[in-house]
Amino acid sequence: MSSAYSSTLTLAAGAVLICAVVVLWVTSTRSMLIVVATQGTALGCVAMTLGVHVGDAGLIATAAVELAVKGLAIPVLIDRAAGGALDRERRPLVNVPASLVASAALIVLAFTAARGVATFVGATSGALVPVGVATLLVGFLVLVSRRRPIFQMVGLLLVDNGIALVAFLCTAGVPFLIEVGVSLDVLLAVVVLMVLAQRLRSEFGDLDLDELRELHD
Amino acid sequence: MVLDMILALPLLGGAGFVAWRNQAAGWIAVAVNGVALALGVWVAIRAVGNAPLSGAEGLLRADALSAFMVVVIGTIALLASWIGVRTMAVEVAGGRCTPRRATTYGVLVQAFVAAMLLAVLAANVGVLWVAVEATTIITVFLVGHRRTRGALEASWKYLVICSVGIALAFFGTVLVYLCALHAGGHSASALDWTSLMARARHLDPSVLRLGFALIVLGYGTKVGLVPLHSWLPDAHSQAPAPVSALMSGVLLTVAFYAILRFKAVTDAALGPGFSRTLLVVVALASLAVAASLLLTQRDYKRMLAYHSIEHMGLIALGAAAGIPLAIAGVLLHIFGHGLAKSVLFLTSGEIMAAEGTSRIDGVHALLARRPTLGGVFGIGLVALLGLPPFSLFSSELLMARAEFQAGLGWAAVVALVAMVVIFVAVVGHARHMLLGAPSTPETLAPPPAWVATPLVMGLIACGLIGIFAWPLSGLLEAAAHVVTP
Repeated sequence: MSSAYSSTLTLAAGAVLICAVVVLWVTSTRSMLIVVATQGTALGCVAMTLGVHVGDAGLIATAAVELAVKGLAIPVLIDRAAGGALDRERRPLVNVPASLVASAALIVLAFTAARGVATFVGATSGALVPVGVATLLVGFLVLVSRRRPIFQMVGLLLVDNGIALVAFLCTAGVPFLIEVGVSLDVLLAVVVLMVLAQRLRSEFGDLDLDELRELHD
Repeated sequence: MVLDMILALPLLGGAGFVAWRNQAAGWIAVAVNGVALALGVWVAIRAVGNAPLSGAEGLLRADALSAFMVVVIGTIALLASWIGVRTMAVEVAGGRCTPRRATTYGVLVQAFVAAMLLAVLAANVGVLWVAVEATTIITVFLVGHRRTRGALEASWKYLVICSVGIALAFFGTVLVYLCALHAGGHSASALDWTSLMARARHLDPSVLRLGFALIVLGYGTKVGLVPLHSWLPDAHSQAPAPVSALMSGVLLTVAFYAILRFKAVTDAALGPGFSRTLLVVVALASLAVAASLLLTQRDYKRMLAYHSIEHMGLIALGAAAGIPLAIAGVLLHIFGHGLAKSVLFLTSGEIMAAEGTSRIDGVHALLARRPTLGGVFGIGLVALLGLPPFSLFSSELLMARAEFQAGLGWAAVVALVAMVVIFVAVVGHARHMLLGAPSTPETLAPPPAWVATPLVMGLIACGLIGIFAWPLSGLLEAAAHVVTP
């Protein structure tokens, strides 16, 4: 029982990080959407596994919310924000091979930096905390190195999913009421980004974000 | 009960915009914001020397600090919604905004005010986080209200940078929650601020240190502190004037309120040394950035925005000193800065509507050509630069005194140097805008009295607080003691 629990947990948490790295690798919006949906689902599975393990109804409910929001609603919204299958990252500021090397370095960094918290939490879930931190750092890399609006949205999501993963592993999730508030905020932020991305496209046409140069000192 | 009402009133005003799609709805919003302010004042009077009020089954809690923030938010919301009536009337009349978008604007502003009130009234720091994140989402559309290219760019930057910041603050909150659970907290109440304070001595120091650093970085993004400040000048210069007034006047300090709450927990657990070092570093960096960018500023709304970064730096430095005298100074500065900055942003909106440009070199001889607007703008700058008799002078003096007492005299001197640079820069810009003889004799209509009155009243209030601290001193003292040992 216990080993099934820890291997499921490790598998799901590992999937979250792998999806983050795959985001660096893909350039087309369509395949990226699949990755985002997979990551959301994996995150929901982490919460579900923990919830079943400790027998916490609140956490199981949180997991259901997480699956619905991050596994389904957000990928659908991003799909609508994307400008069709043609929208792809052609010239990232850091190219794909270099991004992958950088992500490896970030993962090592995450494991070093999060060691203190990991030992403080202890057990299987504690050992996985660095995975969440690594997801967060890869999210930052996507944010600063990708120039398409859609990819920046995904970068934000990676940051958010990384933190959510840490929250689940450290504390078995924040209290349900707050979790609902947090999920709602994330969902709304994605909706707002989607609207903005559409406005950006209708105003500027097909653009990379670093071409925005209206405002400067 | 009264706390629930304070939260519900602005939302009621928002509903008014949907029900009556005309100017009357704007005045109804002003009225409900006024009532909310009156209730806030009542709560503040009651909060001094009494047990904290609570509401909504323990979700809301108002001690002296929360009550003080409610009064600040209420005051600025009253000012901003009043001028908002004018702003929208001008925009709709000028064909720059459809009545439908004016309705959306009204609803969003009221929701924005309600979210800020929730942030300062929340008993639970998790709810506080949700409310601060909600302010970001609501204000994105307000920043992008004008739908120009610049407004779009500003709102995208604002949302992405602030979402990252606020995500880090959530990370910090999770780590604090982790400490609290390990210290024996019950999961439902562990994030209540009072229970965090009660358990502070048992919180794990190394995890808490990491958590607080993330909270300063995360909420610091919304405060406009370096290093994640770059959204601020863009968002504040592109938003409609009343929104800039609310964002600069209160939203920044609402985020700082969150840092103050966590600082109290951290200081009780680790002693004041850690939070002091962190805050001194971000404060001095913010002051340096503000000073260097103000020197070369060419846009007066951006000038005001960088001025906010300076004042947030001063507030952070005051908080770093940490003794009750310093916190009282910080709170007084929050109020004074809120009043002066919102009056200036509201006036700058009028100037921009009248002159058609936000460039400093596009505006000249304002005092001779438009005495009312020029006068208010000039006096507002005098207040903002920290000259007597305005309250920013007294609060800066208070904070500096406290910094010397707390052994941060060297930082106070560095801050003073930055302030002198900023003073020279702003006076130079202001001289260009305000003084001089008009090139062509022209007679320009002054703004109607109902527009000028609230602006002048705001400045008078800022002056009165500076001269007679009496209506506030009891409240300030009580509020400072909430977050100091």
